[in-house]
Amino acid sequence: MPSFVPYLVHTLFPPTVRLPDILLIDFGLICAGIGVIVLLTKTRRWGWLWNDWLTTVDHKKIAILYLIAALVMLMRGGIDALMLRAQLALPTTHFMPASQYDEVFTTHGTIMVFFMGMPFIFALFNAVVPLMIGARDVAFPRLNAMSYWLFAFGAILFNISFVIGGSPNAGWTAYPPYTGLAFNPGPGENYYFLALIIAGMGTTMTGINFLVTTLKMRAPGMSLMKMPMFVWSTMVTSALILFAFPPLTVALAMSLFDRLFGSHFFTLARGGMPMMYVNLFWLFGHPEVYILIIPLFGVFSEVVATFSKKMLFGYPVMVASIVAIMFLAYGTWVHHFFTMGAGPAVNAFFGLSTMLIAIPTGVKIFNWIFTMWGGRIQTTTAMLYQMAFIPVFMVGGATGILLAVVPADYQLHNSYFLVAHFHNVLIGGTLFGLLSGLYYWWPKMFGMKLNETQGKWAFWLFLIGFWVTFLPQYLLGLKGMTRRMYTYPLGFGWHDLNVISTFGAFIMGAAFVVLVYNIVWSLLYGERDLTGDPWDGRTLEWSLPSPVPEYNFPRIPVVHDRDAWWAMKQKGQSLADLRPEDVHDVEMPKNSPIPFLLGASFFVLGFGMTFAWWPIAIIGFVGIILCLLFSGFDYNDHHHLKADAIRQTEATLGRLQG
Amino acid sequence: MSLPSVDEHAQKLPLEFADEHESLKITGFWMFLVTDVLIFASLFSTYAVFHNSVAAGPTADQLFKMGPVLLETLLLLTSSFTIGLGIYAMRKGQVRALMAWTFLTILLGAGFVTTEIHDFVSFAALHATWHTSAFLSAFDILVGTHGAHVTFGIFWAVTLLFQLKKHGITERTARKIYTFSLYWHFLDIVWVFIFTFVYLNGKLG
Ligand code: HEM
Ligand SMILES: [Cu+2]
Repeated sequence: MPSFVPYLVHTLFPPTVRLPDILLIDFGLICAGIGVIVLLTKTRRWGWLWNDWLTTVDHKKIAILYLIAALVMLMRGGIDALMLRAQLALPTTHFMPASQYDEVFTTHGTIMVFFMGMPFIFALFNAVVPLMIGARDVAFPRLNAMSYWLFAFGAILFNISFVIGGSPNAGWTAYPPYTGLAFNPGPGENYYFLALIIAGMGTTMTGINFLVTTLKMRAPGMSLMKMPMFVWSTMVTSALILFAFPPLTVALAMSLFDRLFGSHFFTLARGGMPMMYVNLFWLFGHPEVYILIIPLFGVFSEVVATFSKKMLFGYPVMVASIVAIMFLAYGTWVHHFFTMGAGPAVNAFFGLSTMLIAIPTGVKIFNWIFTMWGGRIQTTTAMLYQMAFIPVFMVGGATGILLAVVPADYQLHNSYFLVAHFHNVLIGGTLFGLLSGLYYWWPKMFGMKLNETQGKWAFWLFLIGFWVTFLPQYLLGLKGMTRRMYTYPLGFGWHDLNVISTFGAFIMGAAFVVLVYNIVWSLLYGERDLTGDPWDGRTLEWSLPSPVPEYNFPRIPVVHDRDAWWAMKQKGQSLADLRPEDVHDVEMPKNSPIPFLLGASFFVLGFGMTFAWWPIAIIGFVGIILCLLFSGFDYNDHHHLKADAIRQTEATLGRLQG
Repeated sequence: MSLPSVDEHAQKLPLEFADEHESLKITGFWMFLVTDVLIFASLFSTYAVFHNSVAAGPTADQLFKMGPVLLETLLLLTSSFTIGLGIYAMRKGQVRALMAWTFLTILLGAGFVTTEIHDFVSFAALHATWHTSAFLSAFDILVGTHGAHVTFGIFWAVTLLFQLKKHGITERTARKIYTFSLYWHFLDIVWVFIFTFVYLNGKLG
């Protein structure tokens, strides 16, 4: 087939993916892949991998899978960031060609939002929400696994773009008409749209799952106003997901149709209108930024109470304020495109509605401070992140208010001031919150603490690196530097600030290296958590041993107070007073290969559609149908865990009386 | 802790709500319907924005024929009624009647889809496809998404018939039929909106 091979090579490996650095990565990936296969075969671990991980429906294991994916994506997105910063520090060189720069800022943003932030949040949801509410699993364990594999295969589809076919290059917001076929041929944007649709379905299902879990699966006695704040934030986030992702899916699908099937939604010809995309995207996009922060508000509320040894200050107000934020989040999307000229009345309305959000946010800040006030503060790594978050996030919120001042936004929009604003909230809020939660709940997930000294090193490097990177960017924005430019003349007075910013980025890179070292070191030598309650915690997850047994609770607890575990400890009760007759058989969900296979089928469908290779797409589609049929007819999805087995486990943990 | 009242309570509930797991799934299905409502809301708003962007192509008034649309409406509304009768039979434990009503629902749904496809093909013969204009892109994706939902629902109902045959009316099959009926009524409501805002508005507005 002489004409077939060059076609394949040209399509899969066009010149844009034959750059020297990418070829080097290709080589590295192939070596690593072979290495993993050899290792798994030699240690006979394939069965373990399949039975214990790829087919699992246990929320605690799914949490670990999410966490691994998020950390890998944090690395990928971080390397992208360092490449961007290196180019901006050397604007007169061609460290990266312009086209590659476009691809790298696109993959950086998309990965950090959809494939790092979201799964990291879901890792925390999965790890602790069922434990906090005294449940044995989430409402729909198999759906939970499907969510994970849709996310994971969406992420893989997105990530292979840079070695096969070429990356998307229209920014994480993917505005038309630049994503249209006329201006942007090649598979890159197809990858973007398909990967996000697939991962987005997984996210929507996670939203449904955790909304039902938190609404319906709470232990007896845990009324809404006795739920831990993290559970509240999970509930609110899930509701936000439910309402935010459908418009995104529609916008992505329409863009994809324009590219693949020649429709005219967002094209410039035949009545299409790019602004419609921008509206739909931000109708999702603004709630999305709150999806990325509210869970971390929850984390900080747990951390601050535990390490101040006080009850959270103003709990009802805290609840009211996240609920208020949830509603307000839907009334502000136009602030992302004031400059498109919707007119003074519209802009004024959305400017004001944006500023309103500062009120509930400010209330929360005060409550965290009042919780610490007069408390016995323990400066653990988790708590350090919490304390650093408060001032950092206040700056981020304040600059957000400045951007909401419409006339000022005409100047600041799409400048480095905007870039600094959203990194300020996303790093100082989201990332710090994720890391705080990671240090806080790591013992529960893995049974040992993360080393605190190393953790504090990573913390200080992150904090210092953050300020060094982003303070200069505010100034650059005021000096007129716009986002997404790969070069600039030296005479503009931008160079020094850019060099400082790049230096800061590398400090954060170092922080990440320390973090990884911290994790690996602690897995090998970390201090074991034998009590299950290493921080003297307040909520129910700390009443269980670490790591938690498969069935979570041998006996479902009855809740009387907010901070239920703390109250039990105060009353001298413990859950270790389990009597053999308290334990009954437990119905548990069975492992299933379907979620994994469903994700894989979606991957095949997505890959086929990316290149418009319809036979491959049809194979994927048939795979999906088969998976759905199989799970429809599968009535055998539960098994019974015998009371004796549970008694035995509890006895070896020393938690059974007699 | 035994909670005897739960069992008593469960006995008064319809079968599909009796089992805790199955009843959770009904709640979950409502949540899914919420996301589907929002999908259609996004599609409707797109249509509202684009309904006059006809470019060089035909307008709604020139294109739409009310005959087939009325037939589709009749078929779908009737099918919503038949699945309702199916649920009634299910509550009375009559599996054969349930299967018959479901089968009739499937037939009516298939009639709907056939008429709709026929309509779309006749548009294509007039070169009125989504290549033509933003209006037709928005029309096709809105009505097409609804049609795809109905098609999926038909296949789903067929698999349910097999399950009913095998297992009879149990907590689980009852829940499945019940969620299917929710889905089907939902599509019916969406169609009423399409009929009003797309077809009637296009002809009269
Ligand atoms: C009081 C709180 C906040 C206010 C008043 C605010 C205001 C704004 C405004 C007005 C813009 C648009 C600026 C422009 O494009 O010219 C913006 C952009 C942005 N904000 Fe915020 N914001 C706040 C909090 C947050 C939070 C908590 C996050 C995320 C965790 C966030 C993430 C973003 C992102 C990602 C963008 C830019 C997206 C892009 O264009 O690529 N913001 N913010
Ligand atoms: Cu916003």
